[in-house]
Amino acid sequence: MKLENKIPEGQLETKWEKYRSTVALVNPANKRSLEILIVGSGLAGSSAASTLAEMGYKVKVFCFQDSARRAHSIAAQGGINAAKNYQNDGDSVHRLFYDTIKGGDYRAREANVHRLAEVSGNIIDQCVASGVPFAREYGGMLSNRSFGGTQVQRTFYAAGQTGQQLLLGAYSGLQRQVGLGNIQMFTRHEMLDVVNIDGKCRGIIARDLVSGKLERHFGHAVLLCTGGYGNVFYLSTNAMGSNVTAAWKAHKKGASFGNPCYTQIHPTCIPVSGDHQSKLTLMSESLRNDGRIWVPKKMDDVNALRNGSKKGNDIPEDDRDYYLERRYPAFGNLVPRDVASRAAKERCDAGFGVSKTGEAVFLDFAHNMKYKYGKQVATLKGINNPTEEQLTAFGKDVVKEKYGNLFDMYKQITGEDPYEIPMQIYPAVHYTMGGLWVDYNLMTTIPGLYALGEANFSDHGANRLGASALMQGLADGYFVLPYTIGDFLSKEISTKSIPTTHKAFEEAEKNVEEKINTFLNIKGSKSVDYFHKKLGKIMWDKCGMARNAEGLKTAISDIQKLRDEFWKDLFVPGESNELNLELEKAGRVADFIELGELMCKDALHRNESCGGHFREEFQTEEGEAQRDDENFKYVAAWEYKNTSDWELHKEDLVYENIKIAQRSYK
Amino acid sequence: MKILKLHKEVISNLNPQKKRNSMSGNMNIKLKVWRQKNSNSKGELVNYKVSEVSPDMSFLEMFDMLNETLINEKKEPIAFDHDCREGICGMCSMFINGRPHGPNDAVTTCQLHMRSFKDGDTIVVEPWRASAFPILKDLIVDRSSFDRIISAGGFISVNTGNAQDANCLPIGKNEADESFAAAACIGCGACVAACKNSSAMLFVSAKVSQLALLPQGKPERHQRVLNMVAQMDSEGFGACTNTGACEAECPKEISLSNIARMNREYLSAKLCSEIE
Ligand SMILES: Cc1cc2nc3c(=O)[nH]c(=O)nc-3n(C[C@H](O)[C@H](O)[C@H](O)COP(=O)(O)OP(=O)(O)OC[C@H]3O[C@@H](n4cnc5c(N)ncnc54)[C@H](O)[C@@H]3O)c2cc1C
Ligand code: SF4
Ligand code: FES
Repeated sequence: MKLENKIPEGQLETKWEKYRSTVALVNPANKRSLEILIVGSGLAGSSAASTLAEMGYKVKVFCFQDSARRAHSIAAQGGINAAKNYQNDGDSVHRLFYDTIKGGDYRAREANVHRLAEVSGNIIDQCVASGVPFAREYGGMLSNRSFGGTQVQRTFYAAGQTGQQLLLGAYSGLQRQVGLGNIQMFTRHEMLDVVNIDGKCRGIIARDLVSGKLERHFGHAVLLCTGGYGNVFYLSTNAMGSNVTAAWKAHKKGASFGNPCYTQIHPTCIPVSGDHQSKLTLMSESLRNDGRIWVPKKMDDVNALRNGSKKGNDIPEDDRDYYLERRYPAFGNLVPRDVASRAAKERCDAGFGVSKTGEAVFLDFAHNMKYKYGKQVATLKGINNPTEEQLTAFGKDVVKEKYGNLFDMYKQITGEDPYEIPMQIYPAVHYTMGGLWVDYNLMTTIPGLYALGEANFSDHGANRLGASALMQGLADGYFVLPYTIGDFLSKEISTKSIPTTHKAFEEAEKNVEEKINTFLNIKGSKSVDYFHKKLGKIMWDKCGMARNAEGLKTAISDIQKLRDEFWKDLFVPGESNELNLELEKAGRVADFIELGELMCKDALHRNESCGGHFREEFQTEEGEAQRDDENFKYVAAWEYKNTSDWELHKEDLVYENIKIAQRSYK
Repeated sequence: MKILKLHKEVISNLNPQKKRNSMSGNMNIKLKVWRQKNSNSKGELVNYKVSEVSPDMSFLEMFDMLNETLINEKKEPIAFDHDCREGICGMCSMFINGRPHGPNDAVTTCQLHMRSFKDGDTIVVEPWRASAFPILKDLIVDRSSFDRIISAGGFISVNTGNAQDANCLPIGKNEADESFAAAACIGCGACVAACKNSSAMLFVSAKVSQLALLPQGKPERHQRVLNMVAQMDSEGFGACTNTGACEAECPKEISLSNIARMNREYLSAKLCSEIE
């Protein structure tokens, strides 16, 4: 197999525009006879579906939730980036491009990222036109906030519910096309395999999750918009159902997997509270606009916090270590996520964690609440010498408007009021930069099979900047794929629909059915969750925030043992011909186990540290990630050969427009 | 609350879980949970006991724990809908002690924590009940009627690529905020479950309001409200008699004023269509 990234020739700035206006078109009459299957209804899937249907293609969309509106994108909180320069603070397409490449620690493709920055503005226009109620200033203009890794304000938001508002916008476009009969929607359906015919992807096998029936669907092309695989760690900020199954089935049928080990650990999440924990909750990065992160300087204070004799507020200013501001004066609390997470781990490992578990740091709003917002309001009200109490009260109202839902959520979960005492936070698994390898057209290594959104590996390199996933999902679905798919479909106009009685469909369905029966017939003694938790622990301990060769080797053999145990001792209750949640989980965990092994393998082979991939053996004297550009400036694309057997392909990354350098946020 | 009969008792004891690090005070809880094999079968309330419940657990984590025990006893776990567990996807949907999403205001089932209950409490858990939400299994219902209502008109007809620059259309902060407040609806269906008539007015009016408040939504406003209401009626949701139970139980505090706005929208749309 040869990796061809299909990046068009020419100047970076004009490449996309030129390509877009020369890529082959499909005429309207032909579009009506071309069928496209879209798996996933998040931002990537919904936006692609409505756009392709508007263009005239016949579209089918699948999701496992009971409505397209519940895809995991709904949970995104903080915002979406766009190079609009509405704040007149020097933002531009080039700056967004540059920040993204640098933020990704120089492990993303220049051409893809530039295209992303170019279309970012259109996304905001499109969303506003479709009724997304973004936050606004009194003059009626759109409001912006800052996110990590940048020094401009380019993040658009809707309180702490940006993902919800964006997805509802995209979903309404999708439902409109459903109403018009241009899209057929299949909710509570799970894709369990892809079907390849004559070297091209031509369909899927899906299970109706209510009746348990297996279905065959033909498509001239198939789009996987199935999200990320953070749940391989068991505990993550992802929704409970988020999984890798669709991507993994495609991988086993020929789609290479790109950079599987690049995982984002988000610095600000509510710490684990006990063994019962089923998921972790994010506290949006936007909070770092106004929250300062600290731990005590003195061990006495740490102990007092842990035995409850002191609260965060009792520790005087001088005894606090605002370690991000100390270590990174230029970016302070707004360093990128990987940097912030490692710094928190460093302090906690050194014994300064502020909770009983030792795994928590403070995120404190008191300062900005009083002295930034409180003062502002006091001045507006004409109060010259406001009391401390007045400042707090005024500031609280402003903070409430900005982050109210997040503060409520924090209180709901922890039982503590963050308006009164500092939040406790700790890093947690959040996002996966890795995913199916795609070329410039977003096509995987299986012709006709595409991957969009978090499911692909494409734009974030080794670390994603905050508010860029929503941007990428909508860019892929609204503005990139609908054009690039022409390159493939224009050659398919004479391909007739293939009947699903074709033997490739028959075989694929038979395999899926056998797998399902195997799960049910093992009749062992352990639940699916038992295996998932075990896998999660291996991954978090050995392939999490810090990794080393020895640990990764152990992890690989532990995972192989776990896989054997899974297939011998799993117990799945119920039948296949009914709604069976345990059966659904079993399939997902089986795939996570295999993926976990590949992630460790990838992490082990990459003898450098970059972005979210931190190998303890490769760090600078100050403990920062040390890249090895000479040997590792490439995308690792893994081709599946057999159980525990992959072949590595390398796509060299070429930087012609950016000078690559040691990343610095100091 | 509908009347339910108790058929049989199944008592399950949970394996003691390892205690969490900081909290003590574990609770014993009795549950009566609606079990129903599928949409064609009859359901019943079944009794369970769950011990060693930590007050820091979420309500769904308590169910996870119960399910883990049932599986270990080779029994069928209780099926319930959930996904984000952050109160935003709208998937979780339990009718707890006679209230959708349980005893606390402005909270979804997944954000309800066991510290809201006491040691020894008996908790009755049922699915949403409405003829437009048929039960699929145990606590899972079919809410696809909501999607069909959105398909009927809950959108702005703008194709991709037709948009002008976003700031060419200034929108006053108050309108934007009000529209956002209506748009916060998570489509969970608690309003329907809470209503004695099973009316979907709060859900539908939230969408109608969101779009009617924005200049982008104005051109289609009449058609939108007529089509959405027609679809709502054809799905078998009941009429609104202004009891306000929906607002009281809505986890996102969607306001009744949206219903008033929708009624105005509807009247003016009807008037216009008659004049035309
Ligand atoms: C808590 C949280 C907050 C976040 N906040 C932000 C933020 O503020 N800004 C930002 O830019 N990013 C944020 N992110 C990241 C961002 O939300 C996601 O990366 C993005 O929404 C992914 O969108 P997607 O369309 O690729 O996939 P998803 O939205 O995850 O959708 C996946 C879809 O695929 C379907 N699916 C999956 N597998 C199958 C299968 N086998 N068969 C059928 N259907 C399947 C699902 O049903 C679903 O419809 C956040 C993430 C989390 C977890
Ligand atoms: S109006 Fe409230 S209760 Fe009804 S669906 Fe929306 S969020 Fe749920
Ligand atoms: S599980 Fe998403 S709202 Fe409760």
